[in-house]
Formats: sequence, C-alpha cells, structure tokens
Amino acid sequence: MPLRTGATYGLAVLAAVAVAAVSACSTSSSSSSTASAAASSSTSSGSNPLAPAASSGSVVVGSANFPEDELLAEIYAQALQAKGVKVSTKLNIGAREVYYPQIAKGAISIIPEYNGSLLTVSVDPSSTATTTAAVDAALTAKLPSTLEILNPSSATDSDSVTVTQATATKYHLKTIADLAPYAKDWTFGGPPEFKTRSDGLSGLKKNYGLTFKAFDPLDESGPITLAALTSGKVQAADVFTTTPQILTDHLTSLADPKFNFAAQNVIPLVYKPAATPTITSTLNAVSAKLTTAALLQMDNAVITDHANYSTVAAGFLKAEGLS
Amino acid sequence: MSFFSWAWDWVTTDAYWHGTGWQGSGSIPQQLVAHLGYSALPLLIAALIGVPAGVAIGHRGGKGAVVVINVANAWRAIPTLGLLILLAVFLGFSPLTWLLPLVVLAIPPILVNAYEGVAGVDRDVKDAAKGAGMTTWQQVIKVEVPIALPLILVGLRTAAIFVVATATIAAYIGLGGLGRFIIDGLANSQYGPVAGGALLVVILAVLVLALFAGLSWLLVPAGLRRQGRSN
Repeated sequence: MPLRTGATYGLAVLAAVAVAAVSACSTSSSSSSTASAAASSSTSSGSNPLAPAASSGSVVVGSANFPEDELLAEIYAQALQAKGVKVSTKLNIGAREVYYPQIAKGAISIIPEYNGSLLTVSVDPSSTATTTAAVDAALTAKLPSTLEILNPSSATDSDSVTVTQATATKYHLKTIADLAPYAKDWTFGGPPEFKTRSDGLSGLKKNYGLTFKAFDPLDESGPITLAALTSGKVQAADVFTTTPQILTDHLTSLADPKFNFAAQNVIPLVYKPAATPTITSTLNAVSAKLTTAALLQMDNAVITDHANYSTVAAGFLKAEGLS
Repeated sequence: MSFFSWAWDWVTTDAYWHGTGWQGSGSIPQQLVAHLGYSALPLLIAALIGVPAGVAIGHRGGKGAVVVINVANAWRAIPTLGLLILLAVFLGFSPLTWLLPLVVLAIPPILVNAYEGVAGVDRDVKDAAKGAGMTTWQQVIKVEVPIALPLILVGLRTAAIFVVATATIAAYIGLGGLGRFIIDGLANSQYGPVAGGALLVVILAVLVLALFAGLSWLLVPAGLRRQGRSN
C-alpha cells in the first residue's frame, strides 16, 4: 500500500470505538485463514506469526496486516499448492517494518509486496523512481542478496486522481491530463499533506499543468473524502486505486501515464534460497493475470461483503486457469 | 524545545497572521473568527433547547425528570468525532454535519445545570411565590429562573468551553477554524502549527471563561452570587 504518513490521527478516536468490531472481524478472518493454512500444510506451526521458519521442504507465504495483502498471500499460496508445492501461510504478520526483516532472514519465503512502497520504505528511502520499470530496476539493484522480486503484476494500489463515473462520462475523462480544461473551475479533495507533498498539488501542476480552483483538506482516501466526492463538494479527489467504494460508489480512477504517483504494482518478494523454478514460474503466471480491476473486485468481496478469503482467492485462480 | 516555545514561536510568526505562512491554511485572525462562528452557533442552538427544557423539567420534577436527566448524562458519551464522520457519510456536507455533533455535545451540561438550578429552588420560596398569587409562568420567570441563574450560567459556561475546544473538528471535514492549523500540522509533521493552534484554542477557552465570569457578575443578583461558585 502507498505510504500513509501522518494522517491516522483523527481516526484514532474512531479506532478506539471500532476496536470491538474490528477485533470481531479479524477473529473471523484469521480463523478462516488458519483453517486454510492447516488444510494446506501439515507443518503449520501454531498461531504465532513470528515463530521460526517452518520445517524444510515447505515454503512460507506471509502477508502484511491488511485485507488486500492477506488476500494476495492466499492467492499465491493456493496457486503454489495447485502446482504441488508444499505451502504454509503466516498471514496478518504486521507492517512492513515487522515482516521485512523476517523475509530477509528467511523466516518467511514469499510475501506479496507493492514495489513503490517496498523501495521507499525498506530498501532505498532516497529513491525518486516513479515508473514501474524504474522502481523495479532500483529494487533489483538495491535489494539485499537474499531477496529478489519476481515479475510485477499490472495490479496497483496507489494514490490516484479519482472522479465519479458521471463526471468521467460527462467530460470524457480517461487520464489525469484530460482534466486540463476543467481543473481551474474544480475543487480537489485529499489528505491535508496533499497540499505540500511532492506528488500532491505541486506534482499535478508539474506533470500535467493542472491548477485547481481550490483544495479541500479531507482524509486519506477515507469516508470523508468519499463523501465529499459523491456529494459533489469536490469534483476530483485523491483515492487509493483499490478502495472498494470505487465500485460501490461508482467512481473512476483516472490513468496516470506520467507516473505523478509512484508505481505501486503488486509484486512477489521472495527469499532467494527458498525459490525454485516452479515457484518463480507459478507466481509470474499469477502476476500476468492479476489486474487492478480484478483486485478491486476481490477487495470489495472480502471487505464490503465479508466473503471468505480462501474462497475468493480460489475463485480468481479457477477463473484465470491457474488452479 | 518545550510545547510553549514551539507554540510561541509559531504564534508570533508574522506570516501566519497574514495567511502567507502556510499554503492554504488561512491566517490566524481569519481562522479565529471562523472558530468563533463554529462555536457560537451550536452554543446558541443548544442554549435555546437546553435552558427551556431544563427549566421546565426542573419546575415539574417527578420521576420523569430523573429519566430525562439520566438520559442527558448518558448522552455525553456520544463520541463527537464519530458522529461527525457518520453524518458526513450520510448527510454529505450540509451545515448540519458539523453543527449537530457540537449541539449534541453542548446540550447535556446546559440542560442538567438548568434542571438542577430550578429543582434546587427552596420549597419555601416556591410556596411564597404561589401564595403571593403568581401564575405558574410568573413563578418560573420571576422567581425560579433568577434564583437558578448562577447554575444556568455554569451550564452555559461549561458547554461553551466544550464547544470552543471541540470546534477544531470542523477542520476534519475540510472546514476552517483553529483545527485547520492542528490537523494540517499533524498531516505535514510540523509541530509548530499543532502546538500554536492548540495554544490559541486554550487562550480562546480562557477568554470564554472570563466572559462568563463577567456575565455572571452583571446578571446575577449580589445575594445569589455565592451559589454560582459552588458548582
């Protein structure tokens, strides 16, 4: 997922209120994942995600602690199983700061990553690469010798300039560049730091020549931003490309051909000594089929409709002929 | 640096008084005025609801009063920011979205204090008013409310401080007020505006306190003044 610096402050209060609900949700999802982990492996080693590596002959697919990454890990695990690889899963490990050292030393063998955030958070914070190719090249050059990335998928979870479908149809909008005639009359909504971030208002001006009439400081692709967009308070907003409300609220993320927002392609990060040709070819086959639209559909299924992760993952693999 | 030196450095930076210190956050005078607006309107509405309701319940008394007062106290547990976000989702960005959470916040102290004030009026005084031939209306307006005034003002003062301190949430849905500096500062990892904005909120709250102290000096008969300090 994209960098989420700062802006969780206001939601702290809500988070406290929501603790009961969230813990109920995570209990149910983790029980389903442990059930699938147990089904997929004879060497499932209890519930501690930071326990030592599973016994030899089995690869461990890990995930960060948010729904989309768990879903991707489930997809990787089931695809590998279908090719006869012995797999165990350690889902919901934590933030990148927690799982990255674990994969670097081999306690986890595979984890679904986002190339842009992986580069700027864990590998090279000073990097200015933005395109998928440049980010992947920088990663290949700078990753520790124990780690490698496989092929990127076209699925991305990045910041985007998003409008309602009605707006997109009315003004024939496909890419951010198409906003040029309208931006001067429009209000843009985004997190407060979007005003000062280099890929924020200044980036949109530099890359696409856009200057909006006004900027409304809202939240990070959360309920306030979505409400502002759907109610017409703002005409365009910064929304993450796999936010389920893009489907449920009928929104359209505009393409970003100039990579104002750094690439955030879903990409398998692999502990090299655990990789085999089967693993590499299987995960590359998954990446070849994974699109933002497919990921958005699946996110919506698990987040909005509370569908079972392993069922959703199995459905995708079957539809794409990967299982 | 301490909180106060951060806050002081920021508050005394000339640029912030002219709105040029930080792209789009507005100037200090502009946001102070906006903040007063976001505070005054909800307080006024809450007073128009809470004072008459509290006085009426206090005058009638009985079991119904116990229920209403306990509901009003439980009502205080409604999380203001949670309500704001809920309303933003369901109402969009109508003025009610920021107004309602602040009105909800301000009603309980006003209502409960008005009730306590009127309910606490000495039985003998009430009987004397009745005995003097006053109508119910006259008893309430000429006797009970003036005697309850110190507590009514305490309720308004408490509510005003709540509202001034909490009106910062307007900035959470993209509106102005002093919360703008706090929220933008947090989002940009800049401590100056966060501390400075908070300091301005505190100063404003103290001024509100002083305003109500003056109001109570002007409005409350000298013989009743001691009562207001007891709560």
